[in-house]
Amino acid sequence: MTVLTQGLRDGSIVAWRNLLNVRRNADWLFAAVIQPVMFVLLFAYVFAGSIGSNPAAYREFLLAGIFVQTVAFNSAFTVIGLANDLQKGIIDRFRSLPMSRLAVLLGRTVSDLVVSCGALLIMSLCGLVVGWRIRGSFLDAVAAYLLLLLFAFALSWVGALIGLAAPSVEVAQSAGLVWLFPVSFISSAFVSVGGMPGPLRAFAEWNPFTSVINAVRQLFGNPSPPGLPMPHGWPVDHAVLYTVLCAAVILLIFVPLSVAKYRKVASK
Amino acid sequence: MTASNQVAVRAEALIKTFGNTRALDGVDLEIPTGTVLGMLGPNGAGKTTTVRILTTLLRPDSGRAWVAGHDVTAEPDKVRRAIGLSGQYAAVDENLTGYENLYMVGRLYGMNRARAGARAKELLTRFRLNEAAERPAKTYSGGMRRRLDLAGALVAEPAVVVLDEPTTGLDPRGRMETWEVIGELVADGATVLLTTQYLEEADQLADTILVIDHGKVIASGTADKLKSQIGGERLELVLAEAADLPATAKVLAEVGSAEPVVDEHTRRAHVPVDTGSKALIEALRRLDAQDIAVLDVSLHRPTLDDVFLSLTGHSAEEEKDPS
Repeated sequence: MTVLTQGLRDGSIVAWRNLLNVRRNADWLFAAVIQPVMFVLLFAYVFAGSIGSNPAAYREFLLAGIFVQTVAFNSAFTVIGLANDLQKGIIDRFRSLPMSRLAVLLGRTVSDLVVSCGALLIMSLCGLVVGWRIRGSFLDAVAAYLLLLLFAFALSWVGALIGLAAPSVEVAQSAGLVWLFPVSFISSAFVSVGGMPGPLRAFAEWNPFTSVINAVRQLFGNPSPPGLPMPHGWPVDHAVLYTVLCAAVILLIFVPLSVAKYRKVASK
Repeated sequence: MTASNQVAVRAEALIKTFGNTRALDGVDLEIPTGTVLGMLGPNGAGKTTTVRILTTLLRPDSGRAWVAGHDVTAEPDKVRRAIGLSGQYAAVDENLTGYENLYMVGRLYGMNRARAGARAKELLTRFRLNEAAERPAKTYSGGMRRRLDLAGALVAEPAVVVLDEPTTGLDPRGRMETWEVIGELVADGATVLLTTQYLEEADQLADTILVIDHGKVIASGTADKLKSQIGGERLELVLAEAADLPATAKVLAEVGSAEPVVDEHTRRAHVPVDTGSKALIEALRRLDAQDIAVLDVSLHRPTLDDVFLSLTGHSAEEEKDPS
């Protein structure tokens, strides 16, 4: 067996085990199902009433931002999942087995991707209820979902490194979430980047979060509401390409770093 | 292969330092095939570090080790195929059933679905977990979890089984159950490396005992050899009144071969003796003459705790200051 096929085989076994855990654990159900529903409803009604002049248009604009933020926050599952396995000695057992060194991390990121698929499905249904629509072609919509999942997968590998490096489950829990707040809010998720002050605006324009959100809005055909102009620039004009590039760069950096960390990691 | 077929595990001059702490300071060991080596020492002595090196979880700073003929740093994957590890904390997945836990381990050893499933069932029967096979492991008792974890270490019928403190944290019943299982394993001829803080456990299960303290092997041999190393027997008394202890200590000093040890809290006093029952009778006669009431009296061969005390100056089970 080559390194890759053994990695995929063993990774799928680990993913199977993780998904059994998701199914049998109420906390995960809450995080994967109830939280997305809550986000859609809160943002759609609390924010939409106070930003912009047209609540219905703003709700439609908002959904892509919520999709991206939710799948990004799902990378915290990767962090907590790995930190838990480390603490319970399960990683020790895995590391003592003649299995691929890639498998535990691949299994974890893939199972978290499945959770994100579920979250996206639920959010989309909620979105339809609050007035969000897919206005582009079928293929564009498929591309939008694939882009969301690619982005979720890439961030999950950032989470993998955090989970392996965290000194305890408690630290992992906050470290896995805290960095997501600034990068998801300093983006085009809920507001127009054009209204931000200079340095924030520069960060937001090149922020991969902005890029994936813009790309998804373009592909779903969700227009900017009046009063929230879409600024122009290379990342906005090439949102899909820039998003794919960002995801590739994140993966190229974090997959090798996480695997290297896994090889040496000790149980806590 | 450098190691002969007679030796399943060999380590030479293992050294491992964490920051300023030298966890291992030149550990040598050898486990003949089909025997059980008990590695005995207090918390922080270096037992787990040794286990982690031998199971490829950690690389030594220097020194070499072979398991089943394979160098642990040069051929870690071949070593992993030859070992089964049961760690200090039962590494079972609580949300998976007993069957699923073992099935997963079998699959990760490279077995196909049918083989992994059959092996899981076999082990569940052998470890008396049949009835709990379809229940999530979080419903198991401590002893059952340990058995499941032990079963996990045996899935691939490994040449060498490594058990790191298999009974730490278990209640007496769980400990007895676990001993029974390890006993069967040994009877089947497995080569086992067992670490423990419990002298009784090493005494019961191991062919050879290695006493380790501060990262160094300070004694090795069979339990009998270690016991005879410190010689003689122990005369131990429990008094009715703590006030009689000084007078009793004086009597024991006269009949014994060394300084008596007195524990006021438990009203206990003991002393090594060379003359066996003669010393016992003499001590009781003198105590009786002074009207000192004795609640309990015993004469026994030294326990491993006595061995540890005389080798290191401290007891094996006492909590040491982290230094």
